[in-house]
Amino acid sequence: MTEGEVVRFIYREARLLDEKRWDEWYSLFSEDAHYWVPLTRNQPDAEFHTSLAYEDRLLLRLRIERLRRRPPSQHPESWSQHVLQAPEIERHGEDSWLTRTAFFYAEARGDAMQTLAGVVLHHLVAQEGALRIRLKQVNLLNCDAALPSIQLFL
Amino acid sequence: MNRYRDDPAAVRALVRDDAVHRDVYTDPEIFRLEMERLWPRTWIYVGHASQVPAAGDFITCDIGTVPVLMIRQPDGGVRVLRNRCAHKGAKLVSEWSGNAGRFMRCPYHNWSYRTDGSIAAIPFRQGYDGTGFADCEAVRGLRPVASETYRDFVFARLSEHGPGFRDYFGESLSSIDYMADRSPEGDMEVAGGVLRYMHDSNWKMFVENLNDTMHPMAAHESSAGTAKELWADQPAEAPKPMAIEQLVPFAGSYDFFDKMGVRVFANGHSYSGVHFSIHSSYAAVPDYEAAMRRAYGEERAKDILGTVRHNTVYYPSLTIKGAIQTIRVVRPVAVDRTLIESYSFRLKAAPDIFFKRNVTYTRLINSPLSVVGHDDQQCYRLIQEGLAADGNEWISLHRDYRPEEREARDLTVNGTSEVSMRNQFRAWVQFMGAA
Repeated sequence: MTEGEVVRFIYREARLLDEKRWDEWYSLFSEDAHYWVPLTRNQPDAEFHTSLAYEDRLLLRLRIERLRRRPPSQHPESWSQHVLQAPEIERHGEDSWLTRTAFFYAEARGDAMQTLAGVVLHHLVAQEGALRIRLKQVNLLNCDAALPSIQLFL
Repeated sequence: MNRYRDDPAAVRALVRDDAVHRDVYTDPEIFRLEMERLWPRTWIYVGHASQVPAAGDFITCDIGTVPVLMIRQPDGGVRVLRNRCAHKGAKLVSEWSGNAGRFMRCPYHNWSYRTDGSIAAIPFRQGYDGTGFADCEAVRGLRPVASETYRDFVFARLSEHGPGFRDYFGESLSSIDYMADRSPEGDMEVAGGVLRYMHDSNWKMFVENLNDTMHPMAAHESSAGTAKELWADQPAEAPKPMAIEQLVPFAGSYDFFDKMGVRVFANGHSYSGVHFSIHSSYAAVPDYEAAMRRAYGEERAKDILGTVRHNTVYYPSLTIKGAIQTIRVVRPVAVDRTLIESYSFRLKAAPDIFFKRNVTYTRLINSPLSVVGHDDQQCYRLIQEGLAADGNEWISLHRDYRPEEREARDLTVNGTSEVSMRNQFRAWVQFMGAA
């Protein structure tokens, strides 16, 4: 796996979300994966501290299937736009990479749009020749602020 | 516009026995009056004593729109003070929490205060000699607010006049007992961070929703119904993930929520889940239950563990879930803006699984990223937008209305009754009287 492939993977992951290609996005996660949005800066763990989100594959699947049903809160529908800074490889082993990517995120719904910023850490592993996400950790700049509903995936 | 301020009859007329006028949710003047009358005259939740363990430890918050701080005293007591420098009126402490040491100092002119709110020092004080300063309000320092601590829950009443603490809450305090007594030591502490979720709707919509048992099967079908479907193919004996265990009961039937029961108390308080609730069927923890029997005896332990009240509303500012040890605090910001803070508690001397359950629940249900919360919010927002338009000005609260409930101070009825909302508005009228 080259650095270029890892970087392209990060960009593609964000693009799949913005295009609502959720099944393809879901397939990027390993069986033991988590999507984590900590509530505080330097939060050590997610099991014994509240998080904004901490989802395994089951809960990610729930989120996707619910969105497909066009729930009450998706009238009108929400749309997202990730704007990524160039991903940096923080460290890597034989079959694993940790990347750090600064981002802006916009979520629009009807006349309203909110923007968030932060850093996303991808813990990636190579499985059967393909990259998979083991942990996607989204460190929001204002994780401790009073936030409105954030309906799509950061 | 002072349509209501000088007209107590007009305020009273907003609430009928079985309906309320839309202005209670949409009128900015009514919101201001709520902040001047209802919130100051009632006992508002400030914080839990475990958040300020050591002398000088403080947290800050607003009671309605009045900034206060709760601070631990050198003698071990907890005081609530107005968070406002006595000199120019600057907010004195601007951190959410911290330790003030022995003194709090205003950054502008260095007036400093002791932890009891009294003035410790004013620089170059001789400038006040021979002036009327010694007789003015400022010399009293930070004004203390009447506060009461019940099982470490600290409440405050801003107004000098109003009901006594026990009279105000009465028997409803048992929900706090049932929550704290789930610890074999009868003690708990705030832990695991606070979720802060900004709602773009009036505070009363959130408070009413807590005992609105007719909405889960509609509004939460998208989340709980999906959870149920995702788990449908699993064999009955498969161990349920916590998330499934917690989300699926929201998709209970009308009959389930009706039989759950709702109990209301004087002054707007209530809880649903009198007989059972969506928290009834969590997996048992045998070692803990044995410890509870040792601590409380067979009978009381059975009573504590069998009491799984859904939401208890301590009108107007606090809602608690004893069975899962989480609370939600209502902080009104504007007529159409409300901050909801969710806190988790760790039961002392209880196994980790309870705190894990609590953290999971609070994240799944109370986070700004919660798939359950999103649909609640959408419904509140639609009401806020809809009520702004002309049309029928009266919102129906007729479901299971019985005239005899008007005088009841402690009443239990079927769970899908709208009695808790009518009961809240009866208290609302009482505390929104003339200045």
